[in-house]
Amino acid sequence: MNFKNFKFDLSNKNKDLIPQVLTVLLLVLVVIYFTINAQNNMGNRGISFGFGFLSQESSFDITFSLIDYDGSHSYAKAFLVGLLNTILVSSIGIFFATILGVTVGIGRLSQNYLVAKAAEWYVEIFRNIPLILQIFFWYFAALRALPLPVDSINFYDISFLNVKGWYVPKFIWTNFSVFFYSIILAIISIIFFYKYAKKQRDEYGKQLPTFYISLGIIIGLPLLTFLIGGVSLSFQIPELEQLSTTVYVYKGGVSIIPELISLALALSMYTATFIAENVRAGILGVSKGQKEAAASIGLTKGQILKLVVMPQALRIIIPPTTNQYLNLTKNSSLAAAIAYPDIVLVFAGTALMQTGRAIEIISITMLTYLSLSLSISVFMNWYNKKIAIKEK
Amino acid sequence: MIKSIKTWILVGFASLLLVACGQGGGGAGSKKSKTLENTKKAGFVKCGVSQGLPGFSNADASGNWTGIDVDVCRAVAAAVLGDADKVKYTPLSAKERFTALTSGEIDVLARNTTWTLSRDADIGLTFVGVNFYDGQGFMVRKNSGINSVNDFKNGISACTNTGTTTELNMRDFFNSKNISYEPIAFEKADEVVQAYDAGRCDTYTTDKSGLAAQRTKLSAPDDHKVLPETISKEPLGPVVRQGDSVWEDIVRWSLNTMIEAEEYGVNSSNASSLKESDNPAIKRLVGAEGELGAAFGLDNEWSLRIIEQVGNYGESYKKHIADTNILPNRGPNELWTKGGILYVPPAR
Repeated sequence: MNFKNFKFDLSNKNKDLIPQVLTVLLLVLVVIYFTINAQNNMGNRGISFGFGFLSQESSFDITFSLIDYDGSHSYAKAFLVGLLNTILVSSIGIFFATILGVTVGIGRLSQNYLVAKAAEWYVEIFRNIPLILQIFFWYFAALRALPLPVDSINFYDISFLNVKGWYVPKFIWTNFSVFFYSIILAIISIIFFYKYAKKQRDEYGKQLPTFYISLGIIIGLPLLTFLIGGVSLSFQIPELEQLSTTVYVYKGGVSIIPELISLALALSMYTATFIAENVRAGILGVSKGQKEAAASIGLTKGQILKLVVMPQALRIIIPPTTNQYLNLTKNSSLAAAIAYPDIVLVFAGTALMQTGRAIEIISITMLTYLSLSLSISVFMNWYNKKIAIKEK
Repeated sequence: MIKSIKTWILVGFASLLLVACGQGGGGAGSKKSKTLENTKKAGFVKCGVSQGLPGFSNADASGNWTGIDVDVCRAVAAAVLGDADKVKYTPLSAKERFTALTSGEIDVLARNTTWTLSRDADIGLTFVGVNFYDGQGFMVRKNSGINSVNDFKNGISACTNTGTTTELNMRDFFNSKNISYEPIAFEKADEVVQAYDAGRCDTYTTDKSGLAAQRTKLSAPDDHKVLPETISKEPLGPVVRQGDSVWEDIVRWSLNTMIEAEEYGVNSSNASSLKESDNPAIKRLVGAEGELGAAFGLDNEWSLRIIEQVGNYGESYKKHIADTNILPNRGPNELWTKGGILYVPPAR
């Protein structure tokens, strides 16, 4: 054997590789250790492990559910109810936080002293108070301020607001599916129309009134189904019913529970302050020269904001705003404090208590939040890439 | 090269640590009581209590815990450590309580916990007895015109705590009566009280003792009443981890001692003078006869200390529940000899 030719190869490539492999190995060992340890301890204490409980009857009811549910359904269904409620309050929160945040953000840059100061005060107050306190504030302030059902605040005799919730008329559809498909059809045709309009603009320099035409399609097509598609809509208006001497309740309509209203309000008011700061930073981040150049070629103020400032500002705004959307979704887990039946209250709360399966349920809940957050991230990253500078 | 040596050393250290960790870890179930040893070493009993339920476990302004659940912890401390004050209290929510116990954060859970089959059998817990027989009831406003559960109608809204048997009983009850209802479940009792007070719900349902205690927190307690019906059985009692039968026996017999002491008329003031009693049962209770403590590794005066330092069950009930006007009438929580259902196996 020729020892001269044998050389323990410590080239740069291997030097980098070995510590990395060892780190991964170590990580795997740690995970295995914790798993085995947990298994041993659970075994010693007589705790069984498994996901079979998910198909058992949950035997508890939930105040507010988007799907058909009662206690005779399974724990898996209860999980779904909680998940949908989390998604609902997060979507509402993200929607209003974005609108409010953009408005306040632009407001802070206003020339108008009063508007700018009001926006500044709003941001400074709401972002500096812990969210849980704001949730309690809106919930208990709302409960204390709202009247009992018998003296509800009446909106034109069709909608009623009281301490038990906001009661709105229920829509009763016939042939709802026709109406639904017409909306999808309208959206698809608008997408094609936009492509067509862009081609017209790029090739022939023709400007089509895209906004008005698409508005026409999205309103016109569904309306048409009422005339020829046999779709009709009627309303069931909530009615007050007396249960006993002083106990009243509204029945027949749809009830939006005060827990949902105050949670969505608190989440959007709080998150909007951070989004407002992102928007302000984004607009300030576009150099002044851009605006001056745009003005010099004769664009109007609206056109400057829409065509020059915003496309560049968005690149600065989107990544930190994604963080805020994620925060809002995760913060919605504070719902448990005010009895909004989100996934934490329903699944990691009641279901965990009834079954005692802490490890299984907490893992499922963590994975769920992780997937929710990752989906938001994936979507926002896609959007961010779409608006990024495309270098040619 | 230096960098890579550093990395190697780090990796070496980490693996050493890992191996060291691997040596530790669980291993209960030996003949000696690990919990008892650890408790003696620590010098205090780790006890889980509620976050504030007057009569059961409630902390005053200076942080002193009182209540009949607290007295169970005190009895264990008196038996094991010789001093009823050597207890470390951990306030727990309904949701946290069992995990805290199974993970070893606490060794006794005395937190108005209902004894049920699934809790006893499925999640690594053992119930050692009952220190309060309760049942679920409803509270309503006096002016509501509701005088019995039969006056409930479709659409009634009911506030309660999440993570308790209350939620399940409520469903069973309303289903059996065929009434549709709106359940509103809060994580903490204080929020339930506030929401009910504000009119969010028409009725507040939980254990009757809890209703009586929480009523005092309402803005106008006299405007509310508890309906006469009881819709469930709620035997509340202390809980320990499964797998340490010696510790289980210590907690069980600490509670039993308090109840048996009342039965034989032994209380905190006369206990030591009863050493000369003619009744052997009393003599065993005050440690003047037999070697009962040896069975679980305690000295012979363990039960005397419980009675002297904590008192018998009757004294505890009177002090925390009757005199505070929560439930002046003992009802089922009276001794079997006086028409109640408190009946414990004999200490002999």
